[in-house]
Amino acid sequence: MSQPLLQVNQLSISLAEGKKLVDAVSFSIAKGEIFALVGESGSGKSLTALSLMRLLPKNMQLSGEIRLDNTDLLALTEKQMRAIRGGHIGMIFQEPMTALNPLMRVGDQIAEVLQLQTDLRGKAQQQRVIALLEEVGIPDPSERMSWYPHQLSGGQKQRIMIAMALAGEPKLLIADEPTTALDVTIQAQVLALLLSIQQKRGLSVLFITHDMGLVAQLAHRVGVMLKGKLLEVLPVDQFFKSALHPYTKRLIENALPVTEFRAPIAQNEIVLATENLRVRFAGRRKGWLFRKQPDTLAVDGLNLSIAKGETLALVGESGCGKTSLAQALLRLIPAQGRAVFLNQNLLTLTERQMRPLRKSLQVVFQDPYGAFNPRMTVGKIIREGMDSLSVGAPEARAARVLALLKLVGLDESHADRYPHEFSGGQRQRIGIARALAVEPSLIICDEPTSALDVTVRGQILDLLDALQQKMGVSYLFITHDLSIVPRIAHRVAVMQAGKIVEMGSTEQVLTHPQQDYTKTLLASAPHHYLQAKVTQVV
Amino acid sequence: MLLLWSDIVVWLLVTSLLYFFWRLKQDTLLRERWQLVAQSRIAMASTIVLLAFVLIALADSLHFRTNDPYRPVVSALDMSLGNIATGQEKSYSAPFAIESLWQETRQTDDGRVIRAPVPLQHAGKQLDNPNDLSRDLWQRSLTFLSIGIILASLIVWMLSHLSVFSQTALPWKSAAITFIVLCGFLVWLWGMGQSYHVLGTGKVGEDVLYASLKGVRTGILIGGLTTLLTLPFAVVMGIVAGYFKGWVDDVVQYLYTTLNAVPGVLLIASAMLLAQLYLAQHADVFASEQERADVRLLLVCLVLGLTGWTGLARILRAESLKLREMEYVKAASAFGVSHVRIIGRHLLPNLGHLVLISAVLDFSGLVLAEAVLSYVGIGVDPTMPSWGNMINLARQELNREPVVWWNLLGAFVGMFTLVLSVNLLADRVQHVFNPRAQG
Repeated sequence: MSQPLLQVNQLSISLAEGKKLVDAVSFSIAKGEIFALVGESGSGKSLTALSLMRLLPKNMQLSGEIRLDNTDLLALTEKQMRAIRGGHIGMIFQEPMTALNPLMRVGDQIAEVLQLQTDLRGKAQQQRVIALLEEVGIPDPSERMSWYPHQLSGGQKQRIMIAMALAGEPKLLIADEPTTALDVTIQAQVLALLLSIQQKRGLSVLFITHDMGLVAQLAHRVGVMLKGKLLEVLPVDQFFKSALHPYTKRLIENALPVTEFRAPIAQNEIVLATENLRVRFAGRRKGWLFRKQPDTLAVDGLNLSIAKGETLALVGESGCGKTSLAQALLRLIPAQGRAVFLNQNLLTLTERQMRPLRKSLQVVFQDPYGAFNPRMTVGKIIREGMDSLSVGAPEARAARVLALLKLVGLDESHADRYPHEFSGGQRQRIGIARALAVEPSLIICDEPTSALDVTVRGQILDLLDALQQKMGVSYLFITHDLSIVPRIAHRVAVMQAGKIVEMGSTEQVLTHPQQDYTKTLLASAPHHYLQAKVTQVV
Repeated sequence: MLLLWSDIVVWLLVTSLLYFFWRLKQDTLLRERWQLVAQSRIAMASTIVLLAFVLIALADSLHFRTNDPYRPVVSALDMSLGNIATGQEKSYSAPFAIESLWQETRQTDDGRVIRAPVPLQHAGKQLDNPNDLSRDLWQRSLTFLSIGIILASLIVWMLSHLSVFSQTALPWKSAAITFIVLCGFLVWLWGMGQSYHVLGTGKVGEDVLYASLKGVRTGILIGGLTTLLTLPFAVVMGIVAGYFKGWVDDVVQYLYTTLNAVPGVLLIASAMLLAQLYLAQHADVFASEQERADVRLLLVCLVLGLTGWTGLARILRAESLKLREMEYVKAASAFGVSHVRIIGRHLLPNLGHLVLISAVLDFSGLVLAEAVLSYVGIGVDPTMPSWGNMINLARQELNREPVVWWNLLGAFVGMFTLVLSVNLLADRVQHVFNPRAQG
């Protein structure tokens, strides 16, 4: 093995109070190698990456050794370090929306890096910017370099970020969950771009992710982190074949797509059926002098039905109208058409007529941090719906709150705590308990697992499944993640631009997709690389 | 016993504050936050200073009728101050002087006519020889200082046995030190005030220290009451605009942009001039001068309140716009919870920190605003003791020779201490309650 480009020895990061966030981590990255650092949120992967750039928050202390090309980074002055950042190490962040300055033209943002790290000035600098934009696949670069970030899509912004990271001709690229915020199809394009650039330039990449599919697709070697410790470092084939550590095994196991599909449920009574459901967002009239802008149809003539005890997974990319549909069914936004729920058309009811139905129609949200009033105890949160809709006798409600907490796998003592005292997975359980409190027959799950770590995600899916077996509740499960669909859904509907393009049993849609869009979606999802890696082993 | 409107308001303010802190006991989350506030030594010390101000204002809000035709109404503060309140001279005298600043032509015992300062009526009476003045000042200072400090230390020592104060997380030591120093200073002021004019006397011979102390009540009342008056406007308008959006939002926004577009002082001036006109035309409604001044004080609060709510309303509107899109508000709507309850249970508690921060920050600004208004001559009644009026008087006094600076000093020290301690406390409150200020 050649001399490694980056060598990290016994790297530790601790808070001033002495708490260790990263504990004696050692690894190395060779030239032209992609090293994946995997782990759940809070395991210290991002801190490790930041420490390579010496960009840690001030209250954290760093010890150990970081050598890049035999230079000890920790011994450099701040001024020398600035030449390293951007010059020798480039970084791509997770959130392209916030990583770019919204008030600066994208070309200028790339030029800024060139100004700092290279001798290119004036015309030459501009040409370099255009060349970089071309390299990252931005069409019409000489025109787009004078665009502002908000004029670009999420994927294009991430491409700009990559161009910025490449501008200083770095030898090492740190990519911190670079595609987590992107849709699957865009993610696939960005990853393909990253891979081709890496091969062309012979870059070393530190790739931070929690997605095993991406690891299988990209990485040469893998390091697993748990609670600040680096458990093991393995070449990617061995990682999937013969991981030693039980945690690693569990991580891979949880990420593996389920190959057994649930049989569609036998014909049962229909709980919800929509006919030609449309959600329209009125175009803004910019002052009375101007013409009204055309309306946008977020949901465009949607027909679907859900039977009792059935889970329908609604799959689609961001902006396809999934969430608008959920809000329209809950009557949080107006909609046209018909949505028959328990033999009543939801869309024509007044709020007063709607109230009794609210018991039967509930929702679990995506963001476990925004879904609860931070100033209310968990007990009050779960109770609110029962109080508002008068479910059960008032005296029995307190006992029911405790029973619900137990049902979703929490402790009775948790009722007096506040939401911030719980982890993401626990909060999602509280969200489920809140929805269950009013004994609904249909729960709309709006991306309930997309903010959770892999292992926690599995637990929540199992919980939802168990509750369905027990209570016969139906789910409308909205997601963008195809890999979890087989675990939960009886049927799948694929949504694009407000319309359902394909609907059928889970097995049928996932194994024999009929529509081009479904095929693209499936091909873009990285978990099939994982499948390939694992099956190739066996 | 006589109840002025502003007395009722002061007592209401204090009881509602007490009630607020009593309620804290129930809300664990809030109690934790306030404990964090109290953990700062500066916050603790400024709270003690503030308490002293509040006590003075409270003592000054218990009014009694007397038979004395010159002082028909006195407060508990007036009675406890003794010579400080009653020691009326003819005109100006310097701090700690025993002779007047002005000169009188008079005949001496041996028949010569001289023009010289006269001995003051209420200062240095106990002195046999005017040359003993500095020795007497030192002696008394030491005596009263040590009395104050020993007294305070005794109280601290006695209190230190209570279990409440054994709680180690809070900086009780700083509180005790502030208390002892403050006590020493106040007892010294009181003691020296009995035989001297500590801050001299003003144009008509009134004790400046007395005027400064009387200004405390006006300052606190203006700051506290106005803040309280702005809150309902700001909270209701801001939340309603942000939560309901649409035409409600348009109306509220139109209202406060219009209000903001009119120069503040101009608006207040015109409102106050109208009110003054009304008061002058209906002079018979009020039994005494003091009651009329009292109504005018409340009017100043009202006008300041009516024009001061826009800032907070704008902040609350923006925050409500954000909160209404939060999933817990959507979840509540999905449970069929009514708008009023959503606002009361989900929005209001989550806006509480903004209201609190702006209330404490605005308080000091309003104390200063009163001074500005009174300086321009449209503030509280000229007969009402207030720091603004004192500064207004000092404007002319600084132009004369010898310069009379003590009126300005009295108002300045009073205002400075009050505003500084409120600001220090506000700073800490803001640090603890503002989620973005932490770290």
